[in-house]
Amino acid sequence: MKKRVLAMVLGLTMLVSIFAVGCTKDEAKADFKAGFVYIGPTNDNGWTTAHDVARLELEKQLGIETAYVELVAEDEAAVKDAVTNLIDVGCNIIFTTSFGYMEPTVALAAEYPDLYFLHCSGYMMSENLGTYFGRIYEPRFLSGIVAGMKTTSNEIGYVAAMNIPEVVRGINAFTLGVKMVNPDATVNVRWTNTWIDPAKAKEAAEALLAEGCDVITQHQDSPGPLIAAEEKGAFAIGYDYPLTDVAPGSYMTAPVFNWSVYYVDIVKQIMDGKFVSASYWEGLNSGVVALAPMTDLVPAEAKTLVNEYEAKIKDGSFFVFEGEIKDNTGAVKVPAGTKMTDGEMLSMDWFVEGVKSN
Amino acid sequence: MNITLLLIAAIQAGTPLLLATLGETITEKAGHLNLGVEGMMLVGAVMGFVTAFETQNAGLAILVAMLAGLAASLIYAFLTVSLRTNQIVTGLALTIFGTGVSSFIGSSYIGEVVPANVKLFLKSSIEIPLLSKIPFVGDILFKQDILVYLSIIITVFFGIYLYKSRIGLNLKAVGENPYAADAVGINVSLYKYIHILIGGALSGLAGGYISLVYIPVWQDNVVAGKGWIAVALVIFVSWNPYKAILGSYFFGLLDIIGFRLQKFELHIPQDIIDMLPYIATIVVLIITSIRPSIKNNPPHWLGREYFREDR
Repeated sequence: MKKRVLAMVLGLTMLVSIFAVGCTKDEAKADFKAGFVYIGPTNDNGWTTAHDVARLELEKQLGIETAYVELVAEDEAAVKDAVTNLIDVGCNIIFTTSFGYMEPTVALAAEYPDLYFLHCSGYMMSENLGTYFGRIYEPRFLSGIVAGMKTTSNEIGYVAAMNIPEVVRGINAFTLGVKMVNPDATVNVRWTNTWIDPAKAKEAAEALLAEGCDVITQHQDSPGPLIAAEEKGAFAIGYDYPLTDVAPGSYMTAPVFNWSVYYVDIVKQIMDGKFVSASYWEGLNSGVVALAPMTDLVPAEAKTLVNEYEAKIKDGSFFVFEGEIKDNTGAVKVPAGTKMTDGEMLSMDWFVEGVKSN
Repeated sequence: MNITLLLIAAIQAGTPLLLATLGETITEKAGHLNLGVEGMMLVGAVMGFVTAFETQNAGLAILVAMLAGLAASLIYAFLTVSLRTNQIVTGLALTIFGTGVSSFIGSSYIGEVVPANVKLFLKSSIEIPLLSKIPFVGDILFKQDILVYLSIIITVFFGIYLYKSRIGLNLKAVGENPYAADAVGINVSLYKYIHILIGGALSGLAGGYISLVYIPVWQDNVVAGKGWIAVALVIFVSWNPYKAILGSYFFGLLDIIGFRLQKFELHIPQDIIDMLPYIATIVVLIITSIRPSIKNNPPHWLGREYFREDR
């Protein structure tokens, strides 16, 4: 009998502790309320943090209410659940912030034609569904300048996630930045095949460091590579969100997103009744992407050059993917004087000269 | 490729596997298959991290990581030994439970870093005098961090305990045939409890190694499947603690080799490399089943409940 009671108590404790993990929901009052669906936790210090900081900024600037659901898996049922929860608490503007949410978002947008849907990093649109992303390759190029001037071994490591155009574009923009200031440098790429796995990210960085790389950058949502670099006395460039305190001994800067620029803008449009479904893809000029403040580890001449090119990109006198650009087999991919189109950049599947990747 | 650096890294990647494998071996020697290793490691990882973060005390963090793993295994021990629930189901439940607990407790610590003094204590490599001077071997084996040495000492200690001591023999009897063990006056339940708890503490320590030394920043699901590799490793090393040392380092090597192979443009997808530990386990299972040997067999009573009244 005693055992049975104990077993029940034990079972109940487990149940209660599971249900204690809920999400906070604000009460709906205003006419407009924005709901966010996140792939990671709001404090991941990366992708999701960048979105959540922008959500709070949106609340502050427009005085509207928001709600969010975090840690939503990239499958239809989970996304549907999260979105209907948000709709239940009164959200009428829904932001889905991961590529894998694309198809469920399309289905939900059709199901709720009176609501506004905005999907980050996808390409499928409808009347009430727009897409948005940042031209992160612009700050990536700038961070390449930093890496190219910082390296002394001329071997730079790049911990990459998936072999998809978005990541390839980042590697290429970064390498173009490196090569511009340091034609002898090589960018060595390691693929983790995951967005977020701190152990793998760190192991990949360690493999690069063991081969003599002295600057590491990443397309990863965890700070693993920064830490690996700090442990080995090398330098690192982060991603998504400034991370000064994780690895103060290695962190130099990071290409970052500042989503509030877009969120405030689009929500204003919706509130004014001026919403048009569009595909938003802006760069440094809009402020939606930026290079995070450079720490003291960045050489002074690199800082000057970065500022110079940032200004040039902003006023349109410099374009990252303008010819002549060769791929890493030596073939000319972009002839001199030609700029790549958005379509070409969005389907990029080759590496520029100077990239070593399998 | 620098072989010395590769092997040093392999040992570090293999150390959490070694600790968890030892823990699971001890548990299985008592006849209990605990599939909750992943969960216990995560609980140990999160509690160790939180303790280190809040108290800045490395020793306390390690102790708490072990106690957390022990507490998680106590749930398992109570359910399977006293209530005689199905071991597979209970172990799986423990993994799911532990994953949830660690996410819950760790959610406000994501991205936080292990305090510098704790890192310094746990991560700095200690050179063993004389031995570290041996070329090649010295660099690899005798310039490691404190927990690497500790894990090897625990392994040797457990090996002696298991093969040379009376209590170790009793333990094996419990796992082989609890009825016989009971008949000669061994307290079967006590043996099971103690060894399941020791196993849990070692799993907790393995988790602590990951969150405090291996990746000293808190991330959700930091263990990332290493608990399952440990379960496979126990079979791979045929329940032998000494073989577990080599087996763990070998699996650690498989874990990290992929990124180093990418350099040679071999075009082996990372997914294939991720499968290697499991493929290796299957191969070993096949080999041992072709040439059965009493030495390589699992404890006879593994996974089965023991009802004293059934005699």
